[in-house]
Amino acid sequence: MARATVTPGLDTALPGGTVEPAHRSRVNWTPIGMIAPAVVALLLIGVYPLVIAVRTSFQQYLVTKPYLGTPFVGLENYAKALADPLFRESLGRTGLFFLYTLPVQVVLGVGIALLLAGTRWRRLSAITRVLLVLPIATTPTVVGLIGRLVYNRDFGLLNWFVSLFGVPPVNWLGDPKAAMLTISLTDIWQWTPFVALVAMSGLSSVPPDIVEASRLDTSSWWEIFRHVQLPFLLPGLTAVLIIRTADILKVFDTIFVLTRGGPGVSTELVSVYIQRVGFRIFDMGLASAMAILLLILCNVLAQVYIRIFYREVEA
Amino acid sequence: MSAATEPVAPRRNSPGRVVGGALQLVALLALAAFILVPIYWMVATSLKSSNDTFAVPPVFVFQPTLEHYQTVIQEGAVTRGLRNSLIVAAGSTLIALVLGTPAAYALARYDFRGRSSLWFWIISNRFISPIVVTLPFFLLARDLRILDTHLVLILTYLTFNIPIVIWLCIDQFRSVPRDIDQAAMVDGANPWQIFLTIVLPLAIPGVVVSAILCFIFSWNEFLFALVLTRNVAKTAPVEAANFMTGFGVRWGAMMATGTLIVLPVVVFAAIVSRHLVRGLTMGAVK
Repeated sequence: MARATVTPGLDTALPGGTVEPAHRSRVNWTPIGMIAPAVVALLLIGVYPLVIAVRTSFQQYLVTKPYLGTPFVGLENYAKALADPLFRESLGRTGLFFLYTLPVQVVLGVGIALLLAGTRWRRLSAITRVLLVLPIATTPTVVGLIGRLVYNRDFGLLNWFVSLFGVPPVNWLGDPKAAMLTISLTDIWQWTPFVALVAMSGLSSVPPDIVEASRLDTSSWWEIFRHVQLPFLLPGLTAVLIIRTADILKVFDTIFVLTRGGPGVSTELVSVYIQRVGFRIFDMGLASAMAILLLILCNVLAQVYIRIFYREVEA
Repeated sequence: MSAATEPVAPRRNSPGRVVGGALQLVALLALAAFILVPIYWMVATSLKSSNDTFAVPPVFVFQPTLEHYQTVIQEGAVTRGLRNSLIVAAGSTLIALVLGTPAAYALARYDFRGRSSLWFWIISNRFISPIVVTLPFFLLARDLRILDTHLVLILTYLTFNIPIVIWLCIDQFRSVPRDIDQAAMVDGANPWQIFLTIVLPLAIPGVVVSAILCFIFSWNEFLFALVLTRNVAKTAPVEAANFMTGFGVRWGAMMATGTLIVLPVVVFAAIVSRHLVRGLTMGAVK
């Protein structure tokens, strides 16, 4: 019941205020009773496992060699993780994947939003807007299966399509150089619509009269976009940037089905690599240490996101 | 807001506008094709005979056959996977609603010490990479002997479902005027009665949206299901991924499976399309 403990930022984060019976000065058990079950559940399934993961990361824990026991080894797993070139490379590939996908998704997504909002073809635009939901909702595993079909070297649709332009068949999934681009293309297919939908909601918040007034000043759509529309898009695009970064650290399903990280390790992003260490090499200690390092990265992202969006933007 | 409503449009059919319009049309059609062709190709392949599947150049018009669907359903693994997915997704969604909606109501209506920290903590769950909790989940589930059960997946899916329910329903409960709560309180109703009989029914649209999003995310989940199930509780995405192992990929059966998996989520996603972005960004983008 202590109003004073609430940070000023929270009032913008949680608009609408609260029912605060003024006559009570002692602890009000009602909200505690309402929240407790959810919090207890999240502690048990969300926090307790993390505690276990931290403990495991300080142990030698080889699932396939139970006779060795699980002795504590201090920071050895962390030292091993940081010294492991495959782990560092998997982080590097994750960064590369980020560079291949996100800029394309942002540029295409904003372009799509501008196109759909500004076009004369109203009905087609409305239909396309609904279609945007399809890739986002499609089960990532199934996206991987579709990829296997479409990227097939011998009878895949993509090789037929590029052959129309005289390009010889590419081994999209089998060639280490192409495979990274192929998984990026798949991610671009699935997540550009998300950026487009976010950008569209930003565009719809631009007051129409401002745009019309600016049309009197300039006829350049770039000027209008840059100075009138873009400021309204920035909060949404910042959200996209942080969420996609977190999602890229998570990305697993599609790549697992498409390439299993191969050929070789050419598409083994960080989540795929940790899964391999944990569940194919069965070194739980080392995998946990890597996972905790990843968690630290995720946490930084979460903090940045919360700072930006639940203080300044009215949520 | 849009070029079509532009008040100062000069000559309606100037050459520039015609070309611009044609370019827009081409761009829109290209976009629609980019989105639809992969999905169409999956559905088409699921209905093609094997000869048509391997045809080069690819055939777009063909004699459809349901043989792959018959095979897949007769073999039973995929049907069982779909049933497991349904049990797990529905079960986890239901529990998330039971636990999450009262919490959301309390966060929307009451002020108490630590409320902001609690709210931030719930939001930050969105950012935890599943691989981080997969390892301890596996060890815990093994020790509790609940590997390969529906229960273990229902519980693990709560890690993302409870936060979804809470952050979407807070908004919804706040949109119910507080005067209604106060009027009921004057009439002698206790907070739980107010929540269950008055506010919750009024907030049903938002609750349904959060339920559908929970269902979609649970249905689509793969990593937990891959690691925590072996045979009995394998969900549909894990069954689907199995098609890629072994020799001789059965493309038709695989694409029939894919189509069966995607069908329900696509329908649900179309229903909640306006809220999908809100769910994915935790309400930061409406």
